[in-house]
Amino acid sequence: MVENENILIKKIWKILASVTDPEIPVLTIIDLGIVRDVVINNEEIEVIITPTYMGCPAMDMISMNIKAALFEQGYKNISIKNILSPAWTTDWMSEEGKQKLKAYGIAPPNPKQIVCTPNAFQEEEVVQCPKCNSYNTQLISRFGSTACKALYKCYHCHEPFEYFKCH
Amino acid sequence: MQHLINYTLHLADTTLILSQRNSEWCGHGPILEQDIALTNISLDLLGQSRSFYQYAAELIGNNATEDSLAYLRNEREFKNLLLVELPNADWAQTILKQFYFSTYQLYLFQQLQQHNNAHLAAIAEKAIKEIMYHVRWSSEWVIRLGDGTTESYERMLHAIDELKDYTNEMFIPTNYETEMKIDFKLIQQQWNEKVNTIFEEATLTFPNKTFSQTGGKTGTHTEHLGYILAEMQYLQRSYPNAQW
Repeated sequence: MVENENILIKKIWKILASVTDPEIPVLTIIDLGIVRDVVINNEEIEVIITPTYMGCPAMDMISMNIKAALFEQGYKNISIKNILSPAWTTDWMSEEGKQKLKAYGIAPPNPKQIVCTPNAFQEEEVVQCPKCNSYNTQLISRFGSTACKALYKCYHCHEPFEYFKCH
Repeated sequence: MQHLINYTLHLADTTLILSQRNSEWCGHGPILEQDIALTNISLDLLGQSRSFYQYAAELIGNNATEDSLAYLRNEREFKNLLLVELPNADWAQTILKQFYFSTYQLYLFQQLQQHNNAHLAAIAEKAIKEIMYHVRWSSEWVIRLGDGTTESYERMLHAIDELKDYTNEMFIPTNYETEMKIDFKLIQQQWNEKVNTIFEEATLTFPNKTFSQTGGKTGTHTEHLGYILAEMQYLQRSYPNAQW
């Protein structure tokens, strides 16, 4: 390989920043924090990713899209490695990603995990409505249209919205 | 090595079968949000089972894949808990089954994430975050139904009775589980505590059991498993190697 390894790795990260989540297309996989590392083994580019949720059906597609994006830029020797530990957390989502989510109409995860214990009927997280910014909102269901989201409604603007839940 | 393979398959089969059972509710839940909740839990369980199958396939070698292990093994080769193959019956029974199992999983995986097998530990570390949601959701429903209307209370009593012979199997280790050095006594103690706390709030009483159905973990199942597999494996059996 003629290129300096560090320069190559930087280029790869840049390409990865163009790959978006198939279910939340405003977020890139970098915004989401699911790309954990890029390693060059001899001639092979290894991209190490971690799933948000274990059953997330987007993961297979994301792997394919990473390969396609790199392939398009002329990189052919690619492998994708899935790791589970350390487990993904919403803390890894970039600030920019959170802003993009909000603009898209999904409430971004709160900065601190508040309710992550198995105890029943505990106080729910206070979530800001992404549309009118009111905090007068209520949880409808802890499970939403995808594994990573919960359903809320806003009592101020009366709109339902999704919350990218803390994990 | 064989013990590790069997244990990994036991974890994979149990999560797969419960996932398949729960998915029967898809489109039939009492209200939309709860339908979505249960199918989300199904998806989490399916994700767990895939990770376990992938690891088992790696251990087995011989061209085994997650798909061949899920779709091409017979009833007697499945090592899931009997509890998870039981029919859903009504919402009360579905909820109680999920609550019993998620609570067990929570305490089991707390130990597994410290396990010296790094593969199992990683899967447990990841899964436990999702299991927290499952325990909360199912405990809230146990309370809501038990401390609810006369009908929901009676249905919970019926569910408790239907499942009473199937909870002990979780805590009676098979040979392959003993090899894994997991403290099942501790899990049982934690499980009892949690179940009693939730039951108390739900105005329910956990029965004094006199009998334990076992055998699922070593391949002796109720008649129900055959029907699940027939449905789940039909396509791969009829059209071998069919792909999306």
